[in-house]
Amino acid sequence: MNFWLIQSMNSLAMGGVLFMLAAGFSLIFGLMRVANLSHGAYFMLGAYIGLHMLDLGFGFATAAIAATLGVGLLGGIVERLILRRLGNNTLSQVLATLGIAFVIADGSLWIWGGDPRPVSGPAFLSGGMQLFGLTFPKYRVAVVVFSIAVGLGLWLLLDKTRLGMMIRASVDDRQMAQAVGVPASRLFTVVFCLGTALAGLGGVIAAPILSVYPGLDADMLPLALVVVILGGLGSLAGAFVGSFVIGFIYSFGQVLLPDLAYMILFLPMVIILAARPRGLFGRITA
Amino acid sequence: MILNALPRGLAATLVATTLALPALAAEPIRLGFLTIKSGALAAGGKQMEDGLRLFLKERNNMIAGRKVELIVADTGGQPAITKTKAQELVEKDRVNVIIGPLAAFEALAIDDYIRKAEVPIISPSAAAEDLTQRKPNPWFVRAVGTSAQPSHAMGEYAARELKYKRVAIIADDFAFGHEIVAGFQRTFEENGGKVVQKLWSPLNVADYGAYIGQIKPNVDAVYAAFAGGNGIKFLKQYNEYGLKAKIPVIASMTAVDEGILKSMGDEALGVVSTGWYTATLPNAANKKFVAAMNRDYQQDPGYYSMGAYGAALMLEQALKDVQGKIENKAAFMAALRKVQLADDPRGKVSLDALGNPIMDITVRKVERVGGKLVNSVVKTYPQVTQFWNYKQLDFLASPVYARDYPQAKNLE
Amino acid sequence: MKRALLAVFIAVLLMLPLATGGVYYTNLASQILIAALFSLSLNLMVGFAGLTSLGHAGYLGLSAYASAWLMTNLGWGHLESAAAALGITAVAAGLFGLIALRAASISFLMITLALGQILWGLAYRWTGVTGGDNGISSLTRPHPFGIDLGNPVNFYYFALVVFLAVWGSIAMWVRSPFGASIRGTRDQPRRMAALGFDVWVIRWITFVVSGVLGGVGGLMYVYYHQFISPHSLSLANSAEMLLMVIAGGAGTLSGPVVGAALVLLLKNVASAYVDRWVMLLGAVFILIVMFLPGGIVAGVARLGGMRRKASVPVPAAAPVNKTDLRPEVAKEAS
Repeated sequence: MNFWLIQSMNSLAMGGVLFMLAAGFSLIFGLMRVANLSHGAYFMLGAYIGLHMLDLGFGFATAAIAATLGVGLLGGIVERLILRRLGNNTLSQVLATLGIAFVIADGSLWIWGGDPRPVSGPAFLSGGMQLFGLTFPKYRVAVVVFSIAVGLGLWLLLDKTRLGMMIRASVDDRQMAQAVGVPASRLFTVVFCLGTALAGLGGVIAAPILSVYPGLDADMLPLALVVVILGGLGSLAGAFVGSFVIGFIYSFGQVLLPDLAYMILFLPMVIILAARPRGLFGRITA
Repeated sequence: MILNALPRGLAATLVATTLALPALAAEPIRLGFLTIKSGALAAGGKQMEDGLRLFLKERNNMIAGRKVELIVADTGGQPAITKTKAQELVEKDRVNVIIGPLAAFEALAIDDYIRKAEVPIISPSAAAEDLTQRKPNPWFVRAVGTSAQPSHAMGEYAARELKYKRVAIIADDFAFGHEIVAGFQRTFEENGGKVVQKLWSPLNVADYGAYIGQIKPNVDAVYAAFAGGNGIKFLKQYNEYGLKAKIPVIASMTAVDEGILKSMGDEALGVVSTGWYTATLPNAANKKFVAAMNRDYQQDPGYYSMGAYGAALMLEQALKDVQGKIENKAAFMAALRKVQLADDPRGKVSLDALGNPIMDITVRKVERVGGKLVNSVVKTYPQVTQFWNYKQLDFLASPVYARDYPQAKNLE
Repeated sequence: MKRALLAVFIAVLLMLPLATGGVYYTNLASQILIAALFSLSLNLMVGFAGLTSLGHAGYLGLSAYASAWLMTNLGWGHLESAAAALGITAVAAGLFGLIALRAASISFLMITLALGQILWGLAYRWTGVTGGDNGISSLTRPHPFGIDLGNPVNFYYFALVVFLAVWGSIAMWVRSPFGASIRGTRDQPRRMAALGFDVWVIRWITFVVSGVLGGVGGLMYVYYHQFISPHSLSLANSAEMLLMVIAGGAGTLSGPVVGAALVLLLKNVASAYVDRWVMLLGAVFILIVMFLPGGIVAGVARLGGMRRKASVPVPAAAPVNKTDLRPEVAKEAS
């Protein structure tokens, strides 16, 4: 019983981290049809910026805000200067986003060095808490709660605000939305900023669990892709459910099928995609 | 008049020759350095470079009376680039000797090339067992021990002195981890202990939670064998799950290496490990080395910086033994293989016939001294070889240490 | 014009070992030719069939490991193990195609990524067969007709022969009616289907051929390096192959070759002079995508076309078309 509880807790925490990583990616792809292969790099950059702020003595909340804003700002610049010119051309998107990922990754190595750096969460969340007679790290419980909050916030944004309405309309049928006057160009920039900002926030929030190290971007990108594919591109609910499903597969898979640990996520992905190519929640869009 | 010219001619020739002699000796020794400066393994590469540059700085770039020209090549941690860079160093830059590469798979990738090109190579970091066991290369020696050289000692120490009976092992699932664990398991079980659980975590696993959750609660200790930065993550999470207080951790050298110890906190206190170098070794050469590394690079030397520094010391000793004539490759290689270091920060170091160092292995414990985390020496096993106290022929006749060799017979 | 360029290019390639200053550059040239094999084979999928794959390095691994294992463990010779390796790669490509072609666009990208990662995981984990991350070393080069390929110049010519053969075959195939149908499935799949073409079969055949040619690249790779480890089939390597294709110019015949040269030169040569060569590589890709969209070859062709137009002298008066029956014009013409 203990075993199942602990692993379930791990799965939930992992799912929370993955949601914050994948939500931004899903949003960007859903609206802009851009497969942002630099998403892992933004995640890592957020973690490094957060670390930098913590080194300078700021609190965790300040660090998180700084990372979110910083990465979002970079995302906006990248979108306006580079991605805007690419149109719908998948190949150009791949080349550009991978190029950006290389630059961010090597730049981070240059600025912050190659040492892996652990990050401490806020002091009031350190240590363990007793639940059902077992010790759970407080921080991981907090991550789950936080990711749910972020999910709720995004849902409110998409469902209840005008901006969200425009985004949803454009995801559903871009041409029609443009025809009724949705400003596509500005919307794209806003959404890309939001998506990358989410990635940056995810990086800081995940840092006390994953730590920060060169190569974090390459480790996280496949995970983001797996979640988003599973949950369906452009679907926030899909990204949410997909994150936690992947969290469970990841944790329990490593335990129950240790021999397949290196492929534990890709096997299910191939199976699911082979059976249902548009993912669990994806819709056929134009 | 002719008689007068003769002495002048002679004098002229003498002067010319004397002027030319320094020119011959002035030909610098070209030292190629294969390291990793980009990608995930860059931290170790930087520490290696720091150690090497310190060595050269201390000697004003002169070894055995000759100037040294250092040529650095970044392999990016990719075996294909390692081979190309090795070729570049040998064919384009015409190096006399190479220090490097960092990773075991890189060393294996260039093994054939080194044999063909006949270039002396001293590895400051690659610990793969077979490089100096079943697949020795006449041009290859190393300054670091094999993966299992320190873990053999840990197994015996854990069984005999720490009196652990039941141990769970968790290690990085790659060759280095497999070999370290094999050495520990072998000596631990031979001394009465039992390895009751073996967990292998992927090298780049995001989170150790799933593994920590599986550790059997009724073991005496957990043996953790990690490389790179994984030791930091593991110990931190081990502590967060409340296990630190319940089950002590014993570790491999690289799990609590000085290079990463500085990034750890209280979760590392009390961890006992074994290694062939510890920054707190009390000899004079080491005190000087540690002080210099702290002055120039603000950190204690560890696995990588000692590896590179030690490789350079071997180079220096061998060069002195051949009066600087590195061009005579065969003689230099012979001298290199017979090298005996007197002033190594590790104490007495020499090479065995297969090119692996014989050196002291220290048992050390993580403590906080002067506000800083250090590995304090607890016990020394003097002059340990790569074969522990097994017979070399028997050792080499059995298969190389691997994930399933020796077989774990006591798993529950 | 194009044929002349091609002839010059081949002549340069033939004379390369004599012109370069030493064995190092010859070796580098061999590596570029091998990399071009990967990018050319990937281009069949990406450029001509319009299906972007991020798992191509898997074929490198499959054929390289198969060949290495057969030679090391069963003592097979080079020819037999090469044939077997290519056969295994073909079967695998066929199976992968069955799975991957069910999806389109980004899902296809993901499946190929996942398949590539599964192969990588196998290479890493199946230590009994693959040697794990230590790989398989001490491999030998073939000796066709008794020629020692250990000599870098000999190996270069061997690689050149293979490269020209593959390049030529791809060129012929692409220019054939089947090649036209591949491009059709890329540009207008629905219309092709309406016209009675079996789009799926066309794609599947292309997928398998692409994989097998990737396998050829894998064999050349393992002969050159005499070593194979899981690093060669990593996602980073697959991404690099894709980048070579796109940067050079997908859908062209020379683009992948240019892309391969670009990436290899930056990786191996620039890294000697620039510490931050990874950043430089990324910046080059960004610049290409911004200023030479469609890749280097397409971009350069466009620039060349613009220059040619500018050099044509503008005639003093527009030439009159005598058959133009409009009254004003006809009056002028008479």
